[in-house]
Amino acid sequence: MSDLPAYPLLRTAGIDGMLVSFGDKLSEPANRAALAFRAALEADRWDGVEEISSSLVSAYLRFDPLAVGHAPLEARLRALMGSRDWLQAEMPHGRRLHRIPTVYGGTLGPQLAEAAQVAGMTEAEALASLSSARVRVTALGFAPGQPYLGELPEVWNIPRQQALTPRVPKGALVLAIRQFVIFSVTAPTGWRHVGQTAAPLFRLGAERPFLLAPGDEVEFPQVSEEVFARMQADPEGGATWEALA
Amino acid sequence: MTRELIVHRAGPAVTLQDGGRPGWIAYGLSRGGAMDRLALAEGAALLGQGETAALEMGGLGGRFEAGCDLRIALTGAPMRASIDGAPVTWHACHALPKGAVLEIGPVQSGAYGYLSVGGGLVPEEILDAVSAHLTAGLGRAVEAGDRIPVGADRGSAVARRLAVADRFSGGELRVVESLQTRLFPEEQRARLGTTRFIRDARANRMGVKVVPEGAPFGVEGGLSVVSEIITPGDIQVTGDGAPFVLLAESQTTGGYPRLATVIPADLPRVAQAPAGAELRFRFVTMEEALAAEAAFRAALKELPRKVEPLVRHPGDVPDLLGYKLVSGFSNGEHHDH
Repeated sequence: MSDLPAYPLLRTAGIDGMLVSFGDKLSEPANRAALAFRAALEADRWDGVEEISSSLVSAYLRFDPLAVGHAPLEARLRALMGSRDWLQAEMPHGRRLHRIPTVYGGTLGPQLAEAAQVAGMTEAEALASLSSARVRVTALGFAPGQPYLGELPEVWNIPRQQALTPRVPKGALVLAIRQFVIFSVTAPTGWRHVGQTAAPLFRLGAERPFLLAPGDEVEFPQVSEEVFARMQADPEGGATWEALA
Repeated sequence: MTRELIVHRAGPAVTLQDGGRPGWIAYGLSRGGAMDRLALAEGAALLGQGETAALEMGGLGGRFEAGCDLRIALTGAPMRASIDGAPVTWHACHALPKGAVLEIGPVQSGAYGYLSVGGGLVPEEILDAVSAHLTAGLGRAVEAGDRIPVGADRGSAVARRLAVADRFSGGELRVVESLQTRLFPEEQRARLGTTRFIRDARANRMGVKVVPEGAPFGVEGGLSVVSEIITPGDIQVTGDGAPFVLLAESQTTGGYPRLATVIPADLPRVAQAPAGAELRFRFVTMEEALAAEAAFRAALKELPRKVEPLVRHPGDVPDLLGYKLVSGFSNGEHHDH
């Protein structure tokens, strides 16, 4: 039977990874804790550590297990875990607020009506809710620069579909379980495709190849299909950003 | 003279691969790189150089021409190969003079063969590496008409070989507990070690599906595990109860639970298991897994010292019967065990 873990929880990932988790489901404090813990690891890079990242509720550290032993690394991590209440952590610095224009519904967001129905709203209510929501990048994952964005209002706590949509295009805005994802590649998904964006999340050769960073905030204002068509010629895809304090 | 390898024909899964791109998982980009890293190291040892990018050939090779005098090494899954029509040995390095044509056919056993070149293949870098990462949309498959630049070759040795243990027909894989092993009922954790799995035809650079003989695996009930970090080797159990072993181009995060993680030293064996091969899993302690990693790295370091001349008088070879002199010329139905 499954154990009942206490958080924060330290687990190994393979032979060369350790993961510190702050919850068993996405929550704002657990995500903040994960980002803050990751920032603390990055600020004081330990010998033998090769890579640091965070996912929705966890910070991950990859190391050379022959250069640094499991036991000393675990002891060091446990000391850091106990050094403060990470759930009370502030958001990281240097964050940005992005506005990414989006076409909702129609052929470019074919499942808006269906998502609205599952959430118990009219399509107009759904559009108003989604286009005014301000969400945070909780993690980048799955594909390059691809964000998990949360949390949407509680009414959007709708499940994934039973069957996968075989293919959503790059830039598709999809939603499920109070979260958006923007696809950085063309891919199948179980989430519902409600809108389309034109901002490239990942640009080779750019000074900042990944548009979004965990902790950044994002809004998806509605634009018409005509405006969207023009934005596709724009290297930024119509996206703008400003610094957050 | 332009140093290049000219591609006249390439199988559908021929890509340029190196050690991959570590350091980008925080941005959603997995490391990628060669499916069988050991094969890259073997190619480097045969050519007497450091590890370089090589052509990875999934299932089928192609037809290549030397744009200048080249040295080549053939490693990984044995494939039928010839230079200007004359068969050449796998797990060996050869001269490929300017204008000579190298023909590489289908795999004889295993899944991924590698063509390394003296001086290395040096195409344009993307994010500090040359590996194609097709899942992430980086790079593309090699195609007919490609001319791949080759670096300066400081070595000269050819006609050398490596004796290579069979890792091309499945077998036992050592695993450690994953993040989510404890979510699975104890019965399933025990059964993992006694179940035979067959490597399914469904496989790509993201991972290979392994079908258990007997009951499926899975966590009961409406599972909603929070998406979490994924590492290569993770055995992820999706809806139908047949696990996937995730490999070089795995996604960086995922929601389906992981039953265990194959240790890095045994990943070449997973990558090289051909469709239909039998695989078994055995839990080992972290101490055993780390000892295996140390042994694996030591063996990699030893590779250059294990290279030997390709042709020797049989009288000079006291343990002749211990060698597989001609590798890769079976009909593919029978594997060495």
